[in-house]
Amino acid sequence: MDFLSIKERAEKNWKALENLKQHLIQIGMGTCGKAAGADAIYAVVKRVLKQLNLLGRVMQVGCIGTCYLEPMMTVRKPGGPFIYYGNLTAERAEEILLATLKEDNPKSEWAICYSGEGPVDGLPRFEDLPMIKPQVRIALRNCGLIDPENIEHYIARGGYSGLMRALQMKPEEVIEEVKTSGLRGRGGAGFPTGMKWEFARKSGGKKRYIICNADEGDPGAFMDRSLLEGDPHSVLEGMLIGAYAIGCDEGYIYIRAEYPLAIQRLAIATRQMKEAGLLGRNILGTQFCFEIHVKEGAGAFVCGEETAMMASIAGGRGMPQPRPPFPAQKGLWGKPTNINNVETFGNVSAILAKGAQWYASFGTEKSKGTKTFALAGKIQRTGLIEVPMGIRLKEIIFDIGGGVAKGKKVKAVQTGGPSGGCIPADLFDLPVDYESLTSAGSIMGSGGMVVMDEDTCMVDIPRYFLSFTAQESCGKCVPCRLGTRQMLDALNRICNGHGTVEDLDLLKDVSETVQKGSLCGLGQTAPNPVQTTLRYFRSEYEAHILRKKCEAGVCKPLFHYEIDPEICNGCGLCLKRCSVGAISGEKKKPHRIDLERCTKCGACYEGCKFEAIRIS
Amino acid sequence: MEEAIYKKFPEEKVEEIESLFTEIGKEFKGKAEELIPMLQRVQKRLGYLPEQALLAIARMTGLPAAKIYGTATFYAQFRFQPVGKYIIRVCRGTACHVKGSDRLLNTIEEYLQVSPGQMTSDGLFTIETVACFGSCALAPVLVINDSVYGSLNRSKALKLLDEIRERERSSSRHSTQGN
Repeated sequence: MDFLSIKERAEKNWKALENLKQHLIQIGMGTCGKAAGADAIYAVVKRVLKQLNLLGRVMQVGCIGTCYLEPMMTVRKPGGPFIYYGNLTAERAEEILLATLKEDNPKSEWAICYSGEGPVDGLPRFEDLPMIKPQVRIALRNCGLIDPENIEHYIARGGYSGLMRALQMKPEEVIEEVKTSGLRGRGGAGFPTGMKWEFARKSGGKKRYIICNADEGDPGAFMDRSLLEGDPHSVLEGMLIGAYAIGCDEGYIYIRAEYPLAIQRLAIATRQMKEAGLLGRNILGTQFCFEIHVKEGAGAFVCGEETAMMASIAGGRGMPQPRPPFPAQKGLWGKPTNINNVETFGNVSAILAKGAQWYASFGTEKSKGTKTFALAGKIQRTGLIEVPMGIRLKEIIFDIGGGVAKGKKVKAVQTGGPSGGCIPADLFDLPVDYESLTSAGSIMGSGGMVVMDEDTCMVDIPRYFLSFTAQESCGKCVPCRLGTRQMLDALNRICNGHGTVEDLDLLKDVSETVQKGSLCGLGQTAPNPVQTTLRYFRSEYEAHILRKKCEAGVCKPLFHYEIDPEICNGCGLCLKRCSVGAISGEKKKPHRIDLERCTKCGACYEGCKFEAIRIS
Repeated sequence: MEEAIYKKFPEEKVEEIESLFTEIGKEFKGKAEELIPMLQRVQKRLGYLPEQALLAIARMTGLPAAKIYGTATFYAQFRFQPVGKYIIRVCRGTACHVKGSDRLLNTIEEYLQVSPGQMTSDGLFTIETVACFGSCALAPVLVINDSVYGSLNRSKALKLLDEIRERERSSSRHSTQGN
């Protein structure tokens, strides 16, 4: 079957789905949804429909991004709007289903919002939710709305029209289009994508490779996983467009082994592409041929670096190479190679479908378009978001994320993972673009955004990141191998109460050396967490060193818990929670902590309902 | 640093390796670029990379055994020791760290009396840490075999372990009764 008839069929089926004569029940089945219990919801829905002989179609969708509401379900009666339910249990899902299907009662007291024709019983529209309203979803355009395992859904929503258009253009024109769009690499460094393609195209020789970097190694980031799980074809289409523009017929997707669901969905997607004539020889009846191999990573952060990734694909230790030669000149197996990130490709397919001008209308002058972020940490509404470049940090953290939890004070936001830095709350006016974040000492990074509150210690955070980079340093160059270790040792001393003022000078010196002297990006950016915290939170370092205090209550040797006898009403909860018997006291009388026995596990502190337990 | 001493696969079960390599011989051509996928294939079946398997891959690919070993030890995914029936992987990503995954890990270590990389004496559990699972919105997270559990705290995590123990105990009771 040719593509046009596939498209026709896909559109017909999608229309039929939209006008379904029975209830449509969608369940978010990304990794997050599953971790929160989506499988149980899916099973319950199936069982209820079968047991009661009710008509209804169940459909799995990817992540819509409101991860804090997982597991989620939406229900649409024929001709009606979608009603969204979140934080479900199997029992509640069953009740909702029974009420909706049998009594036409959507149980709106349990619903979050609706989408489509309204209004519905005082519910807000999905698009008007505070978390959703400021967002512009381009890379995530289909996530949560289509079945990621059904290529027809993607095609019906305009999928592969970008590739169709590209194949009617000259490769140079495609590169020009991407240049005009202003798209910059979404892996973090922000190199203009069109320019990168041009370098690869202009390299000599016949054989070239294109690689999709799905080795999302930054701890605290899950944008690429969600995109691959929720809409794999948008990435694959972008990769095909890139391959055509560069002039290559073979590509690799290098993906983390920790993402089994994304790997599985990629396998399904590539199989469907072959069946639809979108992969293999003479794609869509043109001269363009392309093969994709999926390579599973094996757990090495450094393999996110381009030259290390190519060494890993070739089967060896993933260690970086000095540049030049750049991958565009001499990459995989010595051939010119172009590497782009998952999200970059997800944007490319949209740019070719809707045009460079349209894309460039979003964002700022130097940072065009949108960026996805994985919003996590001490924040009310965790999730996956996509915002126009130039949005201010405070809009993301307070409007979209709803601020920090439980009346705590927000302290900082960490962007860019181990390569990025901590931006303090008083700089939250900063616009989110490549240059602004760099000037604040952090980086855009691939999109991890971890919010920290007053219970987060800003000396422990760089220690955490340095223990990661010291562990992940491949060991090839000395500044990174030894420098990360020296920084970690100094941070350990400070967190254990043995730090001296000289350690601060040492941290400054070593961090500059590692930054300047390291071979690859891992080492060059590893000092960022140290440098930003020294810059913005020096007083916390000094409290650790001079007063031997960790006010956040994280570094165990530098604080203890105590019970405020004025507040404690002797409920006895802390006594029960303490696993080492360090708490004593009579019922209804203030309790005490035996500091000799206390292991500072924090169980009492977290459990106290009256905030009677303090860090001191 | 790490004790990179690989173990031999038990002699009495060595046919398992032979049959595995018959399959691998059909699936792979023995090219150098297939090394990591081959190691992954072995570990998926056997749970770790025993000495005999590393040598068999060396013979198949024609690569020196030292190169195989050097590549395998480079990647965090590969193990050289047998593992328990349930592998508990505690996520140590940033979001999980901020939400107390170090404390969660300590609790599990104390409860099972083993450190990351080790197996409990009953062969039931192995603890591991992972850099990040990418389920940050549900931090702190742990993964038991292939199931992800999110928004955990100490008591929920220990309850999960107890449930597994209980299930295993009753199923072994069942099988003895069956005999």
